[in-house]
Amino acid sequence: MTMTQSAFTLDPTMTDTRPTDAANEAAKAARARRRRNGAVAYHVAGAAIALFFLAPFAIAFLASFRSGPESMTPPLPPWPTTAFSLDSYRSLDTFGAGVWQHTLNSLVVSLATVILTVAISLLAGYGFSRYRFPFKNTLFVLIIATLMIPFQSILTPLFIILAKLGLNNSLFGLVLVYVTLQLPFSVFMMRNAFDAVPKEIEEAARIDGARDLKLLVRVLLPLVLPGAATVAIFAFLNAWNEFLAALVLLSSNDNYTMPVLMMAVRAGRLGAINWGAVQAGVVVMTIPCLIIFLLLQRYYMRGLMAGAVK
Amino acid sequence: MTVVATLSRQPGRPRSRSSAWRGLLYIAPAMALVILFFVVPVIVTAWMSLHAWPLMGAQRWIGISNYVRMIHDARFLSALRFTGLYTVVATIAIFAVAFPLALFVEKQRRFVGAYRTVIFLPVVVGLATASLLWVWLANVDSGFIGPLLKELGLVERSPNLLASFDAAFLTIIVMVVWKIAGFTMIILLTGLQAIPSDIVEAARIDGAKRWQRFRYLTLPLMRRTIALALIISVTGSILAFDQFYIMTAGGPQNRMISVVYYIFNQSFVSFNLGYGASLSIVLLAILVAISIVQLWLLKVGDDKA
Repeated sequence: MTMTQSAFTLDPTMTDTRPTDAANEAAKAARARRRRNGAVAYHVAGAAIALFFLAPFAIAFLASFRSGPESMTPPLPPWPTTAFSLDSYRSLDTFGAGVWQHTLNSLVVSLATVILTVAISLLAGYGFSRYRFPFKNTLFVLIIATLMIPFQSILTPLFIILAKLGLNNSLFGLVLVYVTLQLPFSVFMMRNAFDAVPKEIEEAARIDGARDLKLLVRVLLPLVLPGAATVAIFAFLNAWNEFLAALVLLSSNDNYTMPVLMMAVRAGRLGAINWGAVQAGVVVMTIPCLIIFLLLQRYYMRGLMAGAVK
Repeated sequence: MTVVATLSRQPGRPRSRSSAWRGLLYIAPAMALVILFFVVPVIVTAWMSLHAWPLMGAQRWIGISNYVRMIHDARFLSALRFTGLYTVVATIAIFAVAFPLALFVEKQRRFVGAYRTVIFLPVVVGLATASLLWVWLANVDSGFIGPLLKELGLVERSPNLLASFDAAFLTIIVMVVWKIAGFTMIILLTGLQAIPSDIVEAARIDGAKRWQRFRYLTLPLMRRTIALALIISVTGSILAFDQFYIMTAGGPQNRMISVVYYIFNQSFVSFNLGYGASLSIVLLAILVAISIVQLWLLKVGDDKA
C-alpha cells in the first residue's frame, strides 16, 4: 500500500499551467506530430515483428516450388528463380507409401478424432450438466485430473493395451488415444456449454415430444454448436500435429502419419538429406492448420480463453 | 421422461434410479476411454516400474531396484540437468518476448488484430513441423540463417548452427520462442485486458509514470495470469521431446537428451520397459507436484484479488 501511494503522488508541474492561445496551438500541433511519429514507429515495429513470425512460413512455402537442383541451395532469394516447379513435392512422394497415402492417414486420424471427440464429449457434457448420479463430482474430477498426467509417461502401457486389443499399429488405436487425450478439455467445454443453455428450452421441447437423443441432437446441439466447434478445432489440430505417440504406436511404414513419415525424410538417404522434400513436407503439414485457424479463429480463441480463465 | 420433467420442477430432490442410470449412460463412453487409456496405464506403469521387464522373456519382480538404479544413472541425471536448464532458459526467453508483445498488441488500434493473428500463427502448427522447418532454416549449406549471415558479410563462412552445443541450444530456443511466444502473449493479454481501465486511468491522472503504473498496478493485478502462463510454459518445457529428437537427434555428443527423450530411448530403443516405467513415474510425480503448486499459486492469487 505504501508503495502504491508513493507511486501516485501528484506531479506539481502538471497542475498549474495556463498557456496562451498561440502556445496552445503550438502544443497541439506538437502533440499531433508526436502522435503521428508514434504511430509510424509503432507500425514499423509491428511490421518487423510480423516479418519475424511470418518469414519462416513464407520462405518454406516459396522455396518448396523451386526446381530439384535449386532446392538444395540456400533460399536466397526464397522464390524459384529458374522456373516454378513441383520437384520437391515429387521427391516427397518417393518416401514411404507416397505423400497422398500419408496425408490421407493424417486426415483420417484427425477427422476420426474430431468426430469421436465431439460425439463423446457432447454426451458426457450433457450427462454432467443435466443429470444427477452417484459419484458425479468424483468422476468429473477424475476426467479433468488426467490433465495433470503427461501422456508421455504412459506410452509403454498404452502400447501394451492396444496390442492386447489387437489395435497395435492401427490408426484406429491411435485415434482412441488421441480422443482420450482430448477428453478433459472437451468434456469441460461441453459441460459449460450445456450449463449455459436455459432449462426452459428443454422443457418446451419435451412437451413437444422430443426426448433423449432426439432432444439432444435436434434441439440442444444447435445451441451448443459454438462449444462443439471449439472442441472440434482443438481435436483436429492436436491430432494432426501429434508426433511422439504416433512415432511409438505406429510400426508399419504404410500407416505412418505425416510427422512420422517426415522422420524418414529428415534422416535422408545415403547420408544426404533432400531439403526440397523437407520443405514440401513442412508446407503439407502447415497449410491445413493455418487454414483452419484463420477460418475459425473466433472459436479457437474461445477455447483458449476458457482454458486460461478456468 | 415424465420423471425428469417432474423433477426439474423440484430441484434438490434426489432423482429416481432410472434417471441416474441414464446420466451414467451419457458419460459412459468418456469414462470408458479415460479408464482404459489413462487410469489403467498409470497403474500398469507403476506396476511395471517394480519389475525387470524386457521386451521378450519373463518379467521379474525386483522391488525398488529400478529407482535405486536411476540415482546412480549418470545419463539420467544429466538428462534431468539438461531438462532443467532448458526449462529455465526457454521459459525466461518466452516471457522476455511474450510480455512486451502482449503490451504491444494490448490497445485497440489499427492493424492490431492482424499483428495478433500473425504472431499467433506458429502456435497452431505442430512442434514437429516447426522443428523440421527450423532444422532446414538452420542448415549450414542449404538453410537460410547461416547463408544469409554470410551474404550480409557478417561472417566469413556459413556457421553450422547445430554442430556445437551452445549454437544448437540457442537455435532451439529461438525456434521455441517463435513457436510459443504467441500463445503466452494471448494468455498474458487476457490478464492485461481484465485490469479495469478506470484504475489505470485514475493512476495516470494521479501522475503515475508509465513504468510505475506497470510495476505497481499491472504486474500485481496480473499475478494469476502470470502464474498460469508460467506453469504452462514450465510443464511444456519439461515434456520437451520433438525439438531435440528432430533437430539435433539428442546431439551434439548426446548432450541434448531431455527426460522424455531418455525415457523414449530406454523404453523403445533399448527396450528396458521396467526401467523406462520407473523413469516415467518420476516424470509423472514431478508434473503432479507442479500441478499442485499451480493450484496453490492460483488459489493464493484468488485470496489476494
